[in-house]
Amino acid sequence: MFEVLILTLDSTVRLSTPLLLACLAGLYSERSGVVDIGLEGKMLGAAFGAGAVAYITANAWLGLMAGIAVSVALGLLHGFASITNRGNQIVSGVAINFLAAGLTALLGQTWFQQGGRTPSLPDGGRFKDVVWPFAEQIREVPFIGPLYGELISGHNLLVYSAFLAVPLTWWVLFRSRFGLRLRAVGESPAAVDTAGISVTWLRYRAVIACGILCGFAGAYLSIAQGSGFGVNMTAGKGFIALAALIFAKWRPASAMFACLLFGFLDAVSIRMQGQEIPGIGEIPVQFFQALPYILTVILLAGFIGKAIPPKAAGIPYLKERS
Amino acid sequence: MNSGQLPRWADYGLIPFLNLAAAFLVSGLVVVLIGENPLEAVKILVWGSLGYGEGIGFTLFYATNFIFTGLAVAVAFHAGLFNIGGEGQAYIGGLGVAFACLALDQYVPWYVTLPFAILGSAMMGAAWALIPGWLQATRGSHVVITTIMFNFIASSLMVYLLNNILKKPGSMQSETRTFEEGGRLPFLNDIFPSFGFGYAPVNLSLFVALGACVLVWLLIWRTKLGFEIRSFGANATAAVYAGISPVKTIVVTMLISGGLAGMMAINEIMGSQHRLLIDFVTGYGFVGIAVALMGRAHPVGIVLAAVLFGMLYQGGAELSFEMPSITRDMIIVIQGLVILFAGALEHMFRPTIVRLFTPSRALKAKEA
Amino acid sequence: MSDTPAIELRKINKSFGPVHANKDIDLVVKKGSIHGIIGENGAGKSTLMSILYGFYAADDGDILINGEKVTISDSKAAIGMGIGMVHQHFMLVDNFSVLENVVLGAEDSALLAGGLSRARTTLKHLEDEYELRVDPDALIQDLPVGLQQRVEILKALYRSAEVLILDEPTGVLTPAEADHLFKILEVLKNEGKTVLLITHKLREIMKVTDTVSVMRRGEMVATRETAKTSMEELAELMVGRSVLLRVDKDPATPEAPVMEVENLTVTDSRGVQVVKDVSFTVRAGEIVGIAGVSGNGQSELLETLCGIRRATSGTLKINGETIDLGTSRLDAADMRAKSMGHVPEDRHRMGLINSFYEYENSILGYHRDPAYSKGVLMDLGAIKKNAVAEIEKYDIRPPNPMLKTANFSGGNQQKIVLAREIERDPEVLLVGQPTRGVDIGAIEFIHRRLVEMRDAGKGVLLVSVELDEIRALSDRVLVMFDGKIVGERGANAEEGELGLLMAGVEDNQTAAAGGAQ
Repeated sequence: MFEVLILTLDSTVRLSTPLLLACLAGLYSERSGVVDIGLEGKMLGAAFGAGAVAYITANAWLGLMAGIAVSVALGLLHGFASITNRGNQIVSGVAINFLAAGLTALLGQTWFQQGGRTPSLPDGGRFKDVVWPFAEQIREVPFIGPLYGELISGHNLLVYSAFLAVPLTWWVLFRSRFGLRLRAVGESPAAVDTAGISVTWLRYRAVIACGILCGFAGAYLSIAQGSGFGVNMTAGKGFIALAALIFAKWRPASAMFACLLFGFLDAVSIRMQGQEIPGIGEIPVQFFQALPYILTVILLAGFIGKAIPPKAAGIPYLKERS
Repeated sequence: MNSGQLPRWADYGLIPFLNLAAAFLVSGLVVVLIGENPLEAVKILVWGSLGYGEGIGFTLFYATNFIFTGLAVAVAFHAGLFNIGGEGQAYIGGLGVAFACLALDQYVPWYVTLPFAILGSAMMGAAWALIPGWLQATRGSHVVITTIMFNFIASSLMVYLLNNILKKPGSMQSETRTFEEGGRLPFLNDIFPSFGFGYAPVNLSLFVALGACVLVWLLIWRTKLGFEIRSFGANATAAVYAGISPVKTIVVTMLISGGLAGMMAINEIMGSQHRLLIDFVTGYGFVGIAVALMGRAHPVGIVLAAVLFGMLYQGGAELSFEMPSITRDMIIVIQGLVILFAGALEHMFRPTIVRLFTPSRALKAKEA
Repeated sequence: MSDTPAIELRKINKSFGPVHANKDIDLVVKKGSIHGIIGENGAGKSTLMSILYGFYAADDGDILINGEKVTISDSKAAIGMGIGMVHQHFMLVDNFSVLENVVLGAEDSALLAGGLSRARTTLKHLEDEYELRVDPDALIQDLPVGLQQRVEILKALYRSAEVLILDEPTGVLTPAEADHLFKILEVLKNEGKTVLLITHKLREIMKVTDTVSVMRRGEMVATRETAKTSMEELAELMVGRSVLLRVDKDPATPEAPVMEVENLTVTDSRGVQVVKDVSFTVRAGEIVGIAGVSGNGQSELLETLCGIRRATSGTLKINGETIDLGTSRLDAADMRAKSMGHVPEDRHRMGLINSFYEYENSILGYHRDPAYSKGVLMDLGAIKKNAVAEIEKYDIRPPNPMLKTANFSGGNQQKIVLAREIERDPEVLLVGQPTRGVDIGAIEFIHRRLVEMRDAGKGVLLVSVELDEIRALSDRVLVMFDGKIVGERGANAEEGELGLLMAGVEDNQTAAAGGAQ
C-alpha cells in the first residue's frame, strides 16, 4: 500500500510539473492585468521549439533556450495585441492557441516528415533524471528509503526548478520592487501611471516572464518528460493550469498545491483505470479527467471561497480623457 | 476610439478588408517558409472550394457548421458576453439530435424527426450554457472561464457516455448505431441533382442555418428582447436604469447562444455522419469566434465569413492533397491569423487610416 | 521669496479631435501661494493640469518651472520637477497598504524592504510636519475618502513635491473634511509649497486662495487677486455673462401628496448606512428640492426610489399605493409602470447608451410599451415618429433620430433624456443633477420644462448639488447631510442658512468636530 502511495505521489510530481510552470507563468501575466488563455499555445510552441532544437543539436540546454524563445515570442505577440493595440485579451489568447497548434504540426511535418512529430531525441537532447546522493544505498530502508529514493530523488532538473520557482515567485511578488509594481498594475494601472511608472513596459515584462515559464513548461513535456515533440502534446494542460491559477486565487504557494492536486487527480485516474473501488465500483476515468474543471467551476461559483481576479485583469489600459 | 472619425464604408469595409489582407499575407509567408508557391496554393484552394460542384458542396457543408457557431458567439457578443464554450455546447447538442433520431428514425420520415432534432439539439446546447450563464448572472463567475471549463467537462462526459452507455452493443467504436432513413436529412445533391454536389455532405440543415440567421437578425434588431440584449451589452448600468434585468438577460442570452451552438450538431450528426460519435465538433465551436468577429456579429457578415471559412476548410483539404507539404494544419494557422488580425489586432490599422483621412478632410474644410 | 514664478505656462494648446480643450493658455503661479483655477465643468481645467502633470502632451506652448523652460513628457518627468498631483479620482491601489501606496514608484531599490522602512520614517516626519496623520499599515479600501485623499497628499510630499495640484478635491468630502483639507493647504503654503487648487466652487476659491484664474470654454479669461474680487465677478467671468439663476414661476399650488416616503433606510454594498430613516412627501404641483454636498446619500435615495437600488427598510406611497421597499423586489421597469419618471444624475453612465441611435434612446426604459410594438416585433415606425416629435418639441439638435447619441452635445443629450421621461407624462418625476455639464441655453430650457411639469400638477423631486439651482426651482427645500434629512425650508430659503444645514452644523456639531481630527 505504501509502495503504491509513493508511486502515485511520484507520478503526481511528474504530472504536476508542467501545470505548475504554466500556472506560475499565468500568475505573472494575470497579476499584471493581462489575462492569458494562450498558456496552452505557448506551452505547445515551446514544446515544439525545444523538441526540434534538442533533436538537431543533441543539447537539452539549447532545446530549453529554443523553447523559451518560441514561448516568449508568442508572449510578445500577445503583448503587442493586448497591451500596445489594446485588443481583446481573450481573442488574442484564442488566436495564439490556434497559431501554435497549426504551426507546430505544419512545420514539424515540413521539417521532419514524421506526421508533425519531431524524431526521437538523441542522447544529450533530454534532461535526464538526477539521482541524489545515497538514493540507491538507502533504498531498502523502510519508509525513508522509498520516500527519498523515489519521491525526492530521481527527477530531472526542470521538476526541481518548477518547485523552486514557487518560493522565487513569492519572493519576487511580495519582496521586490518589480513585484510591488506588478501587483499594483493589475489592480490599478492608473495609479501606476500617475506614479511615473510605464504601464506598458511593466506589462510587457510580465508577459515576458510568463513566456519564459511557459517555455520551461513546454520544454519539460518534449525534452524532459517525453523524448521529442508530439502533435498537440499539451492536450489541454494549459487550460488546467489556468484552472489551477483561479483555484489558487492567483497566489504562488496555493498555485503549487492546486497543481499538485490536479496532478494527483491525473495520477490517480491513470492508476485507477479498470480498477474497482470496494462499495463504489469502477469510477470512470473521465470523471477524474473532468474533476479539475468541475472543482474550478465550483470555486468560481463562490461555493468554496471566492476567487477574485486582479481588478484590472482583462481591461486594456487607456489614459482617460478628463 | 471615436468611430465618428471615419466614414462608414471605411469602418465596415476598408478596415476589415485590411485586417483580412494582413492575415492572408502572413499566411502566404508561411507557405513560402514551407517552400511552396503561395499564389499556386491560393489557386488550388479557390479551385478546390469553388471550382466544381462537389467542392462547393463541401464548402457549404462546412459553412453550415460555422454559421451556427458564429451566430452563437455573435448573440452573446451583443450582450457583452464572450461565450467561448460553443465547442462543448455543440458537442452536447449532438446528444439532443441523437436522442431524437434514435427514438424516431425507424418509425417516421425525416421531416417528422427534424423538428425534434432541432428542439433537442437546441435544448441540450442551451442546457450546457445554462450553468455558466446562471453563474455569471448570479455569482459573477466569469463566463469565459466557466465555458472553457465546460468544454472540457463536455468532452469527458461524451467520451464516457459513448463508451459506456450509448455505444452500439458489440462494437469497438465509441459511437451509436447508424440512424435509419428517418434520422437522416436529405443531401442537397439528391434534392438538386443539377448542381452536381456529388458526394458532398451538404444537406438541408444549410437552410436551417440560413433560417437561424434571419431569426437572429429579427431577434437582435427587431424585438424587445434584442433591444434589451443590446442595451445590456452596450451599457449594463443604463440597462438596469431602464428596468432590464441583468440576470434574465444574461441567462436568456446564454441559452440562445448555447442553443444555436447546439444546433450545429444537426448538420454533422443528422445531416452527414448519421450517428453520434466522439469528437465530431473538432474546433468548429472555436472557429465560430473567428466567424463572429469577422462578420462583426451581424448575420449577413456571419454568412459571408462562414463561407470564407468553409472555403478554407474544403480548399485546404484539396490543397493538402495537391501539395502534400501543406497539411490541413495550414487551415488552423490561417484561422489563428484571422482571429489575430480581425479580432485581437482589429484596431492596428485604425490610427493610420484615421490619419490618412483627416488631412484630406481638413483641406476640404479649408477650401469650403 | 524670489520673484521667479513656480510655474509659468505660455500659449498652451491642446485639442482632442475636434474639441479644442485648451486655447492659448497663459498662467503664472507665484511661489508659495495658493492659486485657484475656477471654471465650469468642461472649461478645460483638468486638461490643463493633466498637461502640467505630463499625463497629456500639449500640442504647442511652453512650460516654465522656476523660470526654466522644460518638457514634461510623462508623469515621471513631472514628479522629477517637483510637481505632485491629487487627482479627482484617487490614484490608489485599493488592496495595498498606505505605506505600499506611498512607496509605489519611489521604492529606492529593487528590493522592497529598504524603501518601505525608509518610507515609514519619512511618513512619520511628514505627519508631524503637516499634521497629516494616517496609519501606514491600513489598507486603502478600509479608509474613508478623506483619509484616502490624505494619502494622495502624502504620496506627493514623499516625492518632495514643491508644487501640489489638487483637482476638485472637495467633491467627495464632507464640509468638515473639506475644512480640514483647507487647513492642510495653509500649512503647506506656510512651509513654502505652492498649491494649485482646481474647482468649480466659488466659495472655496474665496476661502483659501491668494490668486484666482478663471477658465471658460478652453480659454483663460482672467486672473485676479482673490482679495480684490468678488463671487459675483468670478461667476460672471466663469459663464461669460451675468447669470442670476432666476426662473420665472408663479407660487406653487400644491395639492394631494403623490409620493410619500417613510422611514427609508438604505445600506450600500460595503454595509454602510447611506440613507438613514428618511421621510418626506412630494405633493402634486410642487417641486421639492434636495440640497446637500455630493455624497451625503442623495444619489442612493434617488436610485432606491426609482427601483435600481434595494432599500433595507422603509415604505413608499405612490398614487395611493403603498410599497414596502425593504421587501419588495420592484425594479426600474415596475417603478415606471407606477407612473414615476426618472432623469438620472449621470446621463452617460445611466441615462443613455451612447452607441445607440437617438431614436433607440428615446424609448430606453419604455421599450416594452405596447405603443412601440407590433406583435413580438418592435414598431420602428412608431418609435421614430415619437423620436421626431420629441426632437421637435425639445429643440434637440441636430434634429436627426438616426444619429448615434454620442454625437450630440451634453445639453442635447440631456434633452433627449428629459424628453423621454417627461413625455410619458408621469405623475412623479425624479430628477438628478439636471444641468450638470450643460450649456447655459439648455439650462434655461430644462428649468422651464421642470416648472411646466409642476404647473401641470405633477410632483417633482429634484436632487442637485448646485445650491443656486435648488433655490431657483424648488418650492420646498430639504437638506441632506450624512444620509439624513437635517432640515426643511420654504421657497425663499436663505443661501447661508441652507449652507449651514448642508454642513451639518445645526443638527450635528460633533460630526464636524469628529471629521477634523
